[in-house]
Amino acid sequence: MWRPCGTFDDTYEKDVTIMRTAAQWAVTIAGLVLLGLLPFLLGGGLITTLNLIGVSVVSIMGLHILTGLTGQISLGHGAFMGVGAYAMMMLMNLTGFSFWLAMPLAVLTSGLVGLFFGLPSLRIKGFYLAMATLAAQFIIPWTIINVRPDLTGGTSTLTVDAPNLFGFAFSSQQRIFYLVMAFAVISVILARNLQRSKVGRAFVAIRDNDLAAEIMGVEIFRYKLLAFFICSLYSGLGGCLLAVWMGAVNVDSFLLHESIWYLGMIIVGGLGSVPGAVFGVVFIRFLEIVSQSIGPPIAGFFPDAIGAAVKSGISPFIFGLVILLFLAYEPRGLAHRWEIFKHFYRRWPFSH
Amino acid sequence: MSSPAERKMMVEDLALSFGSVQALSGICFTVYDNEILALIGPNGAGKTSVLNCISGFYRPKGGRILFKGKDISRLSTTKRAQLGISRTFQNIELYTGLTALDNLMASRHIYIRYGPVAGSLFLGKARREEVKNRAEVEEIIDLLELAEVRHKVVESLPYGVRKRVDLGRALALDPQILLLDEPMAGMNVEEKEDMARFILDVQELKKIPIIIVEHDMGVVMDISQRVVVLDFGTKIAEGAPEDIKHDRKVIRAYLGKQAKPDREENEPVSA
Ligand SMILES: Nc1ncnc2c1ncn2[C@@H]1O[C@H](COP(=O)(O)OP(=O)(O)O)[C@@H](O)[C@H]1O
Ligand SMILES: [Mg+2]
Repeated sequence: MWRPCGTFDDTYEKDVTIMRTAAQWAVTIAGLVLLGLLPFLLGGGLITTLNLIGVSVVSIMGLHILTGLTGQISLGHGAFMGVGAYAMMMLMNLTGFSFWLAMPLAVLTSGLVGLFFGLPSLRIKGFYLAMATLAAQFIIPWTIINVRPDLTGGTSTLTVDAPNLFGFAFSSQQRIFYLVMAFAVISVILARNLQRSKVGRAFVAIRDNDLAAEIMGVEIFRYKLLAFFICSLYSGLGGCLLAVWMGAVNVDSFLLHESIWYLGMIIVGGLGSVPGAVFGVVFIRFLEIVSQSIGPPIAGFFPDAIGAAVKSGISPFIFGLVILLFLAYEPRGLAHRWEIFKHFYRRWPFSH
Repeated sequence: MSSPAERKMMVEDLALSFGSVQALSGICFTVYDNEILALIGPNGAGKTSVLNCISGFYRPKGGRILFKGKDISRLSTTKRAQLGISRTFQNIELYTGLTALDNLMASRHIYIRYGPVAGSLFLGKARREEVKNRAEVEEIIDLLELAEVRHKVVESLPYGVRKRVDLGRALALDPQILLLDEPMAGMNVEEKEDMARFILDVQELKKIPIIIVEHDMGVVMDISQRVVVLDFGTKIAEGAPEDIKHDRKVIRAYLGKQAKPDREENEPVSA
């Protein structure tokens, strides 16, 4: 770990503090103010994208904890977001609950469903556990589509009312921005804190050496389940916010490819790092936009018959290529680049 | 042992098998309070298996292990850790992605009292517990001279330092008994001397019994008060280091090993 030059710890109290210098506070506050001004500075399209990034940041904090810290690969992240989104939609539309009541209940529901699908981690790990989460990824959308289509809407899209806070309706992307970013900032802070706490150390101990962790007194199974639960709380919240962002729910948003995009984000960002996970989200979401906009021109080079296939295939193709390149050339992800950059500017102009 | 020593741990008639391989049979020995007991024997003799049975990682098929008069044979690994049974590993099983400091802090797990909500908020209670336990861990960091590598990720540390972090992590559990599995394997003379000094310091400071598995007879002679010798999963001798050195069975076990070059040997026995 590198600190700003001249920062030394005379007490452990200070050493457990993240914000050490006035400069760090200043940069953080300036960053938050700038964030708050963005809706006035940027056009609607970009704000819509930033909102999706905010939603994904909330959700990725869950995968960061489960896969990045605890080392349990989940192929069902998208489905757990779906649990949150659908639970909230049904509570709002069927029982008339407000967003502020429906959302926490939906988040809890998602947490409990995640806990249930985490149970196999008692007996299996690695590849086999990933397969168990893949089962969740198929069972949950199937349930949404088939069990009570009269309540869930089946494969059709059902609308969700805009949340309302003391008469302020989050009804436009400009307004949703504040809701989403508030949750994103809080999620990042909570996840970062959890990581440096007793719980985070236990998670990483399980990831790096579960036998040693057990011998050193970590209740492995309890902490694995806790990781599944916490992960699904974040993914459930992400699902609720996604429903707000779209003003609707549709099962298509919660399918396998979404889970894989999320895994891609933490790979690109660098496993085990909160800033890395955020970078990964931003990178992949922008990559998605770029690849969608270069799809049509590239498809133009091909005869009509395969042009359509190229157009729809270009985005997953680029995604796959980027993941491969990261795995091959920067397996530690963008977080590693960030560390090098921080190291550099903190010591500037003295290069050691 | 100067004062009349109390029996801290008793291993009674321990038997362990892997399929048809009888790894241990009829192992009996006692660990007295505040002593360093060396567990020696050729490779494959069953030394690591004995430690694994004590820490609960292997389930013996026969025999008992008493710790402070209580039968711990049925307790889970985690429960044994909570009783203060702590160890290091022959092949350094550290949490490679954590810093040296966090490897030690991870062993404070059983003492730190707060949950995931307090951890996510990291306010008053969590902060106080962290600082309190950090102070405990810093004492070990000073003792083992790990201050310079505190904030380094373990993966990046050289072998000898990782061995020391492994010892530090075992100590951070605040053990009632310490099991050391070849803490000096693969070290040069200087590193071995440092490690021997650390082990003696620990014993002096903590006043706990230590079981040490070690190949280097010179080290065994220097730091242990008693020696238990294993060969092919059975105990072949027990006694003071001086007597063990001249025990015919022990010499034969080690010589027999040299006579059969197919049995692997990484450390020459300098008896
Ligand atoms: N997990 C295991 N599975 C199968 N055989 C094992 C296992 N652990 C140890 N053994 C066997 O038990 C015997 C004792 O091994 P071990 O306790 O590691 O010896 P030492 O530590 O004295 O070198 C060896 O024959 C070894 O092959
Ligand atoms: Mg061994």
